[in-house]
Amino acid sequence: MMLSRENDKTKMVSHRTMAVACMELCAGLVLFGRMYFLQVINADRYRTMAEENRISTRLLAPPRGLIFDRFGQSLAQNNQNFRVLIISELTDGKLNEVLETLNKILPLTEHEIQRVKKEVRRSRDFTPVPIRENLSWEEMASIQLNAPDLPGIVIDEGLSRYYPHPEETAHMLGSVGSVSEKEQATTTNPLYRLPGYKIGKDGIELQYNDELCGKEGARRLEVNAGGRVIREIERDEGTPGKNLTLTIDARLQNIAYNALKGQSGSVVLLDIYSGEILAMVSTPGFNTNAFNRGLTQAEWDELIKNEKNPLMNKALSGLYSPGSTFKIIVALAALEAGVIKPDTKVDCKGYVMNGNQRFHCWKHQGHGEVNLREAIMHSCDIYFYEIAQRVGIDRISAMAKKFGFGAITGIDLPGEKSGLMPTRGWKETIRGELWTKGDTFNTGIGQGYVLATPLQLAVMVAMVANDGIKITPKLLIDPNHKEVDRPQNLNISKANLQLVKEGMFDVVNNPKGTARSARVNVHGGLIAGKTGTTQVKRITMKEREEGLKSQDEIPWKDRNHALFVSFGPTTSPRYAISVVVEHGGGGSTAAAPIAREVMKAALEMDPVTKPPVFHEKGGQ
Amino acid sequence: MLFPKRSTSFVDSGSDMTIKDKLLHLSVFYLFLILIVACTGFLVLYAAANGSWNPWASKQFIRFIFGIIMLIGISLIDIRFWMKYAYVLYIASLVLLIAVELFGHVGMGAQRWVSIAGIRCQPSEPMKIALILALAKYFHNAQLSDIQSMSFIVMPSAMVALPVLLVLKQPDLGTAVLMAGGAVVMFFLVGVQLWKFILVTACGLGFIPIAWQFLHDYQKDRVFTFLDPERDPLGKGYHILQSKITLGSGGVFGKGFLQGTQSRLNFLPEKQTDFIFTVLAEEFGLIGGIFLLIMYFGLIFYGYMIAFRSTNMFGRLLALGLSTNLFMYVFINIAMVMGILPVVGVPLPMISYGGTVMLTLMFSFGLVECVNVHSNVQIGRRISFDD
Repeated sequence: MMLSRENDKTKMVSHRTMAVACMELCAGLVLFGRMYFLQVINADRYRTMAEENRISTRLLAPPRGLIFDRFGQSLAQNNQNFRVLIISELTDGKLNEVLETLNKILPLTEHEIQRVKKEVRRSRDFTPVPIRENLSWEEMASIQLNAPDLPGIVIDEGLSRYYPHPEETAHMLGSVGSVSEKEQATTTNPLYRLPGYKIGKDGIELQYNDELCGKEGARRLEVNAGGRVIREIERDEGTPGKNLTLTIDARLQNIAYNALKGQSGSVVLLDIYSGEILAMVSTPGFNTNAFNRGLTQAEWDELIKNEKNPLMNKALSGLYSPGSTFKIIVALAALEAGVIKPDTKVDCKGYVMNGNQRFHCWKHQGHGEVNLREAIMHSCDIYFYEIAQRVGIDRISAMAKKFGFGAITGIDLPGEKSGLMPTRGWKETIRGELWTKGDTFNTGIGQGYVLATPLQLAVMVAMVANDGIKITPKLLIDPNHKEVDRPQNLNISKANLQLVKEGMFDVVNNPKGTARSARVNVHGGLIAGKTGTTQVKRITMKEREEGLKSQDEIPWKDRNHALFVSFGPTTSPRYAISVVVEHGGGGSTAAAPIAREVMKAALEMDPVTKPPVFHEKGGQ
Repeated sequence: MLFPKRSTSFVDSGSDMTIKDKLLHLSVFYLFLILIVACTGFLVLYAAANGSWNPWASKQFIRFIFGIIMLIGISLIDIRFWMKYAYVLYIASLVLLIAVELFGHVGMGAQRWVSIAGIRCQPSEPMKIALILALAKYFHNAQLSDIQSMSFIVMPSAMVALPVLLVLKQPDLGTAVLMAGGAVVMFFLVGVQLWKFILVTACGLGFIPIAWQFLHDYQKDRVFTFLDPERDPLGKGYHILQSKITLGSGGVFGKGFLQGTQSRLNFLPEKQTDFIFTVLAEEFGLIGGIFLLIMYFGLIFYGYMIAFRSTNMFGRLLALGLSTNLFMYVFINIAMVMGILPVVGVPLPMISYGGTVMLTLMFSFGLVECVNVHSNVQIGRRISFDD
């Protein structure tokens, strides 16, 4: 009985064990099924994920393209830059002592030390934390020398932008700077997200930023779960930025800058046929290399508060009344319209009445009877009041627009202003007033509403000099550029252009001309030009009665702007220039001598037809 | 002679075996399987340390040597000794568990350790064995009719519930699940009616909302993470996601010995302990995983065969319980790392790095061998070999 009971239990255990064993086998099959699912069916997916875990791609910034002048002289280059970093895991836990030691070699500010400590605390032990950038070679060397006492301190080499002529080229080249949040948001370029990456902020650096940046490279690194780099798997250096060759001649650029130094103004020199800019300066300049290392607040304030506005590129952003340089346009408009003949004479008595409003000539006593050529030579205002009156504002505006007034020239630089060429319609729409005869008088001598940039003036005079062929100024020599097969002609009679050019010849070369001081003779090569002096402050009747004060006696801000436009050589013109000196006093005294100096150099060097010979540096 | 020869109506020839006899009765095949699994463990720990014996493989090896000596020692002790002291061991383990509750050390957010005379000890480990010993002893005496009566299973249920609740409170969900699972299977094996399991399960499900309130936040998180691993892939889902990547990227043949990128580059959390299976699967692929699985099932089913060869119910139940326990370890651990069970902290037997678990396992293998050695020992309802 007892045995049979025991047997019941034994049987039960046996049966149940079989059941359990079967369930366990099933469970084993479930495990196998899951393994199969993960390791066979989804193996590729997980392999990819494992690779993504393992490999970290880090961008490499390619070196920024270099910028050269037309003869291969460096205008912008990348210099080696040393920076000092600290890796906390290599300091043997003596971070403070190491920083202390470094402080003796490379004096650090309290602020820097705190920042480094904070960053070290926040980053992983093996992450290098930058202490300071742009070390001098001497600083770098002394740190290297003391390396045994500085565990964890490493020197890193990078590239930073360097401009050999920082002040001379500041406005034209612009500079590079860190990517702003806005810039980052509007680009797909992955490099913009790279810490410390610099992009063009202005000038050529901004205009051709994409070309200069190049294509990003990448390092494929094997990293562990903590983010530590185990080894480099692959390295793609990327494509370096494209080197640019500008139309600029660095020699002329420097000459122009030095000629204008101390003044506030601009010089634009160009090739009248190709539109290639040979020199474009704006003063005062500023040191773009200092921008790279970062300006102090004081330096920045000085730039911002300077009344001469150094940060502005006056050559294409400065707007000035063209003054008497505009008489070229008025003369052409009148000649083309046939309202005057070359020998049409106007009697200048020093003033002319328009109703009961008196319009003065710059010469009180008057010029007497003058024809066109004499009127240009003397810059007689009465003559141009008269012919402006005869030809009318509509035809003056149309002629001015042909020569580029009121519209951007299309130069390959950012920030260009279009200026203003008024018309009847413009005045009615914008001012809500009718155009008056007085407005035409003022426009006739380049005063009143008309505004132009120095670049527009240079282009205008270039198109007079090249007998009316439209040009677009440019700064980049593009080897792939195809010459426009048929340049656009402005359809101005050559004879009329010749008359104006003769007047401009007399301005400089006739003993009675307004810019005798600008005369040059380079192996028989002469220049022609036109002065301009524009009022900044209206002369009141009272002042006129009391007798005009000398420009030197009034505050700088109230002095007249001085302008001069010129071309040369007169026999077969090639170069055109515009010079604007803000508050310079008079065109003949302040602007013409600067134009003379630059034109003289241009004629001597003749960079368009003669490549230079460099002696000092072995040359290129 | 450890035990003098005597003749009683209850005890048969088993007790008069010499040590030599006993040694000859050791199952060499069983030991061989243990050795293979252990060696696989050394290899994988060597790989987990990026091809180094330190810090894990060498220590694990020393523990194994120590364990093998202990295993043989245990297997030579008369099985009636284990039966006689089963309750004593159980009570002692229970006291230690309570001591942990009162004076234990907190480590890794749970109270699992207690120091006795300076030796750190994790009493939930001996309890795993003591519980099976105690249940085997309890059911050894029982008639099937007893077992199927309600009043008879109140006592063993309490024997299970007490340590499980104490371990849960530590909290150590993995050990609790192992203990409870092993015990439930034992109840089933001895013939407790199926409807009782169904009833308890139903009640248990009803209590889940209440039990949920007593779970720690990290335990709740584990359950959430299990239900939806992508919920927080960089946070709490990170472990299980990386674990699956490691496994899956191994493919059929694996990346090769020491070529596992996931383990080499530390993407695997706790790779030397609970997630060690993925290291094996990454480097040796599906083939390696299946090999290990077969070895484990070999150990489990050979344990069952030993159980059936045993002529005494205590030995049979003991071998069944311990082998089932081994199955629980294997299944929960592998299912956990493959994302089909929540991560509850159950190590992979003989492979995961850890001294206490290794000793517990060697102890239980020793007991299975003991059952094998003493398979012909007849044990009456009362133990009388040394009274």
